[in-house]
Amino acid sequence: MKNIIRTVAMAVAIGIASFGAVQAQELKVGFAAEPYPPFTSPDANGKWIGWEVDFMDAICAEAKLKCVITPVAWDGIIPALTTKKIDMIIGSMSITEERLKTIDFSDKYYNTPTGIIGQKSEKFAATPEGLKGKIIGVQVSTIHQDYANKYFGPGAAEIKEYQTQDEANQDLAAGRVDAVQADAIALDAFLKSDAGKCCDLKGNVKDDPAILGAGVGVGLRKGETDLKNKINAAIKAIRANGTYDKFSKKYFDFDVYGG
Amino acid sequence: MSKETFIMPAYIPPKARSLFEPHRLFLMTVFVAIVFCAAWFMRWDWLPRYGERLAYGVWQTLILLFWSSIVGFLFAVPIGLVQVTGPRPLAWLARGFCSIIRGTPILLQLWLLYYGLGSIFAQYPELRSSFLWPYLRQAWPYGFTSLMISFAAYEGEVMRGAFAGVPRGELEAARAFGMGRFTMFRRIWLPRAIHRALPTLSGETVLQLKSTPLVATITVIDVYAVISRVRQDTFLTYEPLLLLALIYLCLTGILVAAFRFLESRVPTRET
Amino acid sequence: MPSGLELLSLSPPGWGGVMLAGLVASLELAVGGYLLGLAIGVGGAFGKLYGGPILRDLLEVYTTVIRAVPELVLILLLYYAGTDAVSQLFLLVGLPAVDISGLAAGIFVIGVVQGAYSTEVLRGAIKAVPSGQIEAARAYGMSPLLTLRRVTLPAMLPHAIPGLANLWMIATKDTALLAVVGFSELTLVTRQAAGSTKAYMTFYLAAGMLYLLVTLVSNIVIALIERHARRGMPRTGWT
Repeated sequence: MKNIIRTVAMAVAIGIASFGAVQAQELKVGFAAEPYPPFTSPDANGKWIGWEVDFMDAICAEAKLKCVITPVAWDGIIPALTTKKIDMIIGSMSITEERLKTIDFSDKYYNTPTGIIGQKSEKFAATPEGLKGKIIGVQVSTIHQDYANKYFGPGAAEIKEYQTQDEANQDLAAGRVDAVQADAIALDAFLKSDAGKCCDLKGNVKDDPAILGAGVGVGLRKGETDLKNKINAAIKAIRANGTYDKFSKKYFDFDVYGG
Repeated sequence: MSKETFIMPAYIPPKARSLFEPHRLFLMTVFVAIVFCAAWFMRWDWLPRYGERLAYGVWQTLILLFWSSIVGFLFAVPIGLVQVTGPRPLAWLARGFCSIIRGTPILLQLWLLYYGLGSIFAQYPELRSSFLWPYLRQAWPYGFTSLMISFAAYEGEVMRGAFAGVPRGELEAARAFGMGRFTMFRRIWLPRAIHRALPTLSGETVLQLKSTPLVATITVIDVYAVISRVRQDTFLTYEPLLLLALIYLCLTGILVAAFRFLESRVPTRET
Repeated sequence: MPSGLELLSLSPPGWGGVMLAGLVASLELAVGGYLLGLAIGVGGAFGKLYGGPILRDLLEVYTTVIRAVPELVLILLLYYAGTDAVSQLFLLVGLPAVDISGLAAGIFVIGVVQGAYSTEVLRGAIKAVPSGQIEAARAYGMSPLLTLRRVTLPAMLPHAIPGLANLWMIATKDTALLAVVGFSELTLVTRQAAGSTKAYMTFYLAAGMLYLLVTLVSNIVIALIERHARRGMPRTGWT
C-alpha cells in the first residue's frame, strides 16, 4: 500500500519537477535533426559535425555567446523558433520574403546555387521542359519545394515532398523519383558518397530571387535586434579576420560565401 | 501479461444524459465563447484556399483506413485460427508475428518497409524493369501494407481470443450433426467468433484511424500531409493543427456512430 | 566504409553507442510520461467518479478528445503549445522567461496522452471494487483519504494491472512518435544513423530488436507484478 502512495507521490513530483525550469542563460541553436552533409550531420559519437557547426562555433566565440545545439524537426523549425523552443536557426535556411513575414534573419553567411540531380542513365535538363512528366523529390518547407511547385509543378508528373533531404536522395537512388532539386553543395556531397554513384548533376536551375532568396542567414525571432546585431557583427568579424576562410577550406575548394 | 486479450479502452462514448442541465448550459456557453475567440483572434484566411485539398486528404485517409482494415481483418482470421487449432509451427509463427508487430512502433515498421526495402530495391536494377515497378515505386503500397500488417496483428490477437472463446458445446453439437470440419468452421465457428469479436472492432478501427497519419512521413498524401503543407506555407503553429484535431474528432465520431448502427443491426442474445 | 555488424559496434565508427543513448532517452520519456499519466489518471478517475458535475464533464471532454485524435497530432500540438503555455504562464505571474528542456516537454506530451487512458483504466478498476467494501470502511469511521489509501487503491489494483500494463507498452511505442518533432530518441537516432551510413535495413532492424527487447523484459516484469498483486485473489471469477 505504501508503495502505491509513494509511486503516485513520485509521479506527481516528477511531473512538477519536469516543469521545474532552468533559467535561460545559453542560446539554443536549432539544427535540423537530420544528416545534411557537408553542413550539419550527426556522427557516430552522437556529436554534430560539419561546416555550419564550425561556423556556429566561430560566431558564438566571436560574439561571446554560449551556444548549445538543439536538434529540431526541419518542418517544425520555424514554429520551434517562434514558440521559444530554440533561439536561433542555423540550418542552411535561405533568406526569403515569405519567411521574413514570420521570422527575422541575420546577414547572409553563405550562398549556393540550386541544382537538380537524376539517374546517370537518364538524360534531361534542369528546365521545365526537361522535367516534363518526371517525378521530382524535394524537401518540405524549403525554397526548393516552392520553386519546384511553381516552375516544374505544371509539367511534372508529381512533386514528392520529403521530411529530410537525405530521404529524397535515398529515394532517387532507389529509383522512386526521377530527379531531386536541392542546394547544389549538399547535392554534391551526396553525389560524392557511395549511395550517390547512381546519379549525376543535370544542371542548376534558372535563378528566381523572389523564391530562392538571397543567400543563407541565421534565423532569429522578430524584434530581437540586440542578438541580430551581435550576430551580424560576428559574421563580419570572422569574414574579416580569416576565421571564416580557414574553416571553409576544410570542406570546400571554392568560395562558399558567394558573390 | 494476462492470458485474456486485453482490449484497449479506446473510444467509449459518454452516456447520453440531458444536455440541458444547468451546468451543461454554462459549460456550453464557455465552449462557444472559446470557439468564438479562436475564430476571431486566430488566422483562418488560408482555409478557403485549401478546402479542396483538405477534402481530398480526408478522402485518402478514409480509403486507406477502409482497405487496410478490411484486408487486415481477412489476414487476422487465419492468424487467430492457427493459434488456436493450427499445427504447432504455424501457431508459433502466428504468435511470433503478433508479438513482433505489437512489440515495435508502427512508425519504425513503416520506415523499415519504405526506406529499408527501398535501399534493397536499389541493388537490383532488374526489378526496375519488371511489371511490378510502377507500383513498387509509389509510396502508398508501403503505407497500406504497414497499416494492414499492424491491423492484422492486433485484430489477430482478438480473433485468437474469439476463436478460443466459442463454447466447446456448440462445436461438439455441430460435429454431432455430422458436419465436416470445414462446414463446421464455415457455419458455426467463424460466425460465432466474428460475432464475439465485433464489439472490439469499433475500438480497433479507431486505433487504426489514429495510425493513418503516420503514412504522411513516407510522402503519402493524406489529410495530415495536407495540413502539414498548410503549416509550411503559412508558418502558422496552432491553427492548422487545431483544425486537424477537429477533423479527426469528427471522423472518430462518425466511425463510432457507424459501428454502433451496425452493431444494432446484428442480432445479439446475451448468453 | 564499415559494414554490417561493425556499424552496430558500441564505439565509433559503430553507431551502437548512439543507439543505446537513444534507447535510454526513449525509456526516460516512457517512464516519465507513464508516471505523469498515472498521476493524471488517479486524479481523473476520482474526479470522474466522485467529482462535481462540471469537473466530471470537463474530464469527459479531456478523455474523449485525447482518445479520438491521433497521438501524432496531439504530440505536435502539445509539444509547441505546452511549452508556449508554460512560458506565457510564467510571464503572467511575473517570473522570468524559462527554458523547458526537450525531455520535460516530451514527458509532458506523453503524460497528457497517457493520462486520458489511465483515467479510464483506473475508473473501471475502481468501479470493479465491490461498493460494500468501501461502505464498510466508511462505517468504520475511516476518513475518505484513509479509505482511499487502505481500501480502494489496494482493492482495485489487481483489476487495473492488465490495463496499466497495456498502457506501459503503448507508452514505450508512443515515444517513437516524438521522432517527428525532432526529439533524439531511439527512432530518430536510428533514422539519422541509417541516413548517414545508408545502411537502412541494418539500423531499422536493430532498432526493432531493441524495442522488442523492451517489450519482452516488460512482459516478464509485468507477469511478476501481476502474480504479486493477485495473491490472495481467487483464481477465476473475473476476466
